[in-house]
Amino acid sequence: MMSDAALSRPRLSLDQALMRGGLWLAAGFLAIFLVLPLGALLMRAFETPQGGFAGLANLAAYVTTPALLVAAWNSVWTAALTALIVVPLAFAFAYALTRSCMPTKPLFRAVMMLPLLAPSLLPALALIYLFGNQGMLRGLLMGNSIYGPIGIVVAQVFHCFPSAALILSVALSTADARLYEAAAALKASRARIFRTVTLPGARYGLVSAFVVVFTLVVTDFGIPKVIGGQFPVLATDVYKQVVGLQNFNMGAVVGLVLLLPAVIAYALDRWATRQRAATLSGRAVPLRPAPRRARDLPLLALCLVVAALLVGIVGVAVWGSLIRFWPYNLSLTLDNYDFTRFDAAGWSTVWLSVRMAALVAMIGSVIVFTIAYVLERGRQDGALPGMVRFAASVPLAVPGLVLGLAYVMFFNHPANPLGFLYGTLAILVLNSLVHFYTVCHLTAVTAIRQLDPEFEAVGASMRVPVWVTFWRVTVPICLPAILEIAVYLFVSAMTTVSAVIFLYGPDTKPASIAVVHMDEAGQASAAAAMAVVILGVTTAAKLGQLAVGAVVGRVTQAWRR
Amino acid sequence: MRCLALLALALASLLPAAAEAQQRTRLMVYTALENEQLQPFKQAAEAALRDIEIAWVRDSTGVITARLIAERANPRADVVWGLSVFSILQMEGLEMLEPYTPVGADALRPSMRSDRNPMTWTGMDAFVSAICFNTAVAQQRNLPRPSTWEDLLNPAFRGQIAMPNPNSSGTGFLTLAGWISRRGEAGAWDFMTRLHDNIQQYTHSGSSPCNNAARGEFGVGISLDMRAVTLRNQGAPIEIIVPTDGVGFDLEATAIMRGTRNLAAARRLADFAVSRPAMEVYGRYYALLALPGVEPTVRGYPAAFAERLVDADFRAIAQERDRLLRDWAARFDGKSAPRN
Repeated sequence: MMSDAALSRPRLSLDQALMRGGLWLAAGFLAIFLVLPLGALLMRAFETPQGGFAGLANLAAYVTTPALLVAAWNSVWTAALTALIVVPLAFAFAYALTRSCMPTKPLFRAVMMLPLLAPSLLPALALIYLFGNQGMLRGLLMGNSIYGPIGIVVAQVFHCFPSAALILSVALSTADARLYEAAAALKASRARIFRTVTLPGARYGLVSAFVVVFTLVVTDFGIPKVIGGQFPVLATDVYKQVVGLQNFNMGAVVGLVLLLPAVIAYALDRWATRQRAATLSGRAVPLRPAPRRARDLPLLALCLVVAALLVGIVGVAVWGSLIRFWPYNLSLTLDNYDFTRFDAAGWSTVWLSVRMAALVAMIGSVIVFTIAYVLERGRQDGALPGMVRFAASVPLAVPGLVLGLAYVMFFNHPANPLGFLYGTLAILVLNSLVHFYTVCHLTAVTAIRQLDPEFEAVGASMRVPVWVTFWRVTVPICLPAILEIAVYLFVSAMTTVSAVIFLYGPDTKPASIAVVHMDEAGQASAAAAMAVVILGVTTAAKLGQLAVGAVVGRVTQAWRR
Repeated sequence: MRCLALLALALASLLPAAAEAQQRTRLMVYTALENEQLQPFKQAAEAALRDIEIAWVRDSTGVITARLIAERANPRADVVWGLSVFSILQMEGLEMLEPYTPVGADALRPSMRSDRNPMTWTGMDAFVSAICFNTAVAQQRNLPRPSTWEDLLNPAFRGQIAMPNPNSSGTGFLTLAGWISRRGEAGAWDFMTRLHDNIQQYTHSGSSPCNNAARGEFGVGISLDMRAVTLRNQGAPIEIIVPTDGVGFDLEATAIMRGTRNLAAARRLADFAVSRPAMEVYGRYYALLALPGVEPTVRGYPAAFAERLVDADFRAIAQERDRLLRDWAARFDGKSAPRN
């Protein structure tokens, strides 16, 4: 009977079976390194500290805390305000990069990433030097304090700009020129073309960018901790519960509450998917912007202003790494770069970080892109694709502290057969990869969705196996996006703190952790110096990407021209 | 295929290098000591125990405690050496400590060692909550030099003081505990309510009030005594004041983790941690040592320093911790907008 039933089921083609198998592997990967650890930790929200069953008692205790509503509201409005500032700004910037003929685009593309290239302590220090109570520009705040919502929003705008600009520049980078020609032939005004062709084409990117920025702000505790004063937000509540009180149960409760944005993001993503049509069909003619001064000059001006602000903030921090002691001894010195004076590990933390970040980038870009591909191009029936898609959107909404703690409890558990990973560099690599998964996934999906599924259909009708189509068509076309993902992972792994702080061992302390330690010890200039070294490494990686990207572009993207 | 091979190679490089032939026992030691103290402590211990190697994992008190508790099911640390006694007592309550009375531990001051038999922890030294006072800012804004906690209630300090939020930072809780031990609970709440008017910020980090007072961000930061040394060496115009009206103190303590795979070596390190040579190393950084008769060599402390310490019942305070912190949060946390 069983075999009859199996035989009568419609048989999957080899391609489809392969894609389905890939999807199962993807699901397995995300289950082991994301869902299970996180689930094990979040289950603690329903336990007492002794491990007994608490039901909804913890949740009830948290909801009745009077400060909760204040913190939740603060989180929501600072995140929404940040997104409302960042997304239009990033859109204009990305538009200038992709749809204008302004000069020095590659340079702006590199500068755009600056905030991601440095540990978050660097802008925080710069903001204190600029707008703190002894700050050089404190007059600009007109008597308001930088410690509080102003500081949070300013720092978050700086911090989130690259993520939004990255997503939007991928979304805007491919467009079908035929649509624009048709619109022009119909004598549509420029404003109308922008409204009816450009914006709808980038809609998916806009939604993603908004959701990403909102979620990043809600879950980040580093910025509110340093510059938020006592302005309460949800992310610092997690910090209080986990690090201040060692109350993992309540920490899990807040972590659970913070997952709400992920659920909303997922719903929005599904909504945007239903709205979309593949932008780039197989017959598309790539759009090549023609020079037009009235558009290019204002965009250039805007990009210059944004770039100047980004470089200015980083510049202040670089200067801060060269002075002896802010603000009382501003004489210049290189002593702050002699790290063995502050931390016995010295420079070795930098090499460790480089190794770790390189592994995250190599392994991560392969995994992220492959999973995105099998997810987007495989059959959509059953619950599996939806589950994988949801899992991929979760990491963004998980505060690093929660993910780090989840890894400790899951991988250090005596019954876990993967326990041998614990305490090695591998656990840092996997943790960072999962921590930064969502933005990479969105970038990959955006790139893949812009390709017409016809490529696969044609491949199939010519009896070319799907992996050949993937390897010879999809990957080359998407190579710029893959490179972007690899470098994004590299720089994020170089600068990450919140999750790995629970996972590093005596021989695997990353430089980004050393920065935090030096700052805690009151060695602000040395901390800035280490942050600048990290910035140097990540900048080199970014420049490397530009150089490789130029070559890759010439080889693989010629068809776009 | 080539990609796969590369990937496999990359993965292989992640696994720990095959343990190089070594006879020394490697002890995993978790600590919250200051970074600059790690090397001298390690050297002293390894000189005394030639077949033991110390591998530090250091982080702030909150992070390292959270990590130890999270690893409870399968402890990675062999020994905790240099962690707040409040954290140690929390772990004692969770049955995470291996009972052992180190050789010579009976000579320690009774208030600075475990009262159990066999002991669960031994003290190293005491550190106290103190006032970091920025003399340059004080001159600018006409702030008087405080010498007691009571002095901080002076309206001249309005919006000038930063202290760590006790819910986020062990330093904050230590300060709170000191006030309660000295003034009784009602008196302490009354004091804090009045102090609240002068607070500019309750920070999440225990080190931030002093670090930022040194930068002139605040006139006064409430923090720990040993914070200021590093800052002064860099040229910060900062004075460390140990108030004369009773300060809360905390101990740096040593304990063996239950479940250690190197029990014999861990015990020998615990023995060393209470020995005279170890105390002499602690004395380079701390003014009050657990072993009577060892003269600290750290400078800049008042002669009658030990008398300013409040009498503290660590266990009683540790048991009240949750309730005290809830009360504190209900009174002061998240209620006030940031002031200028």
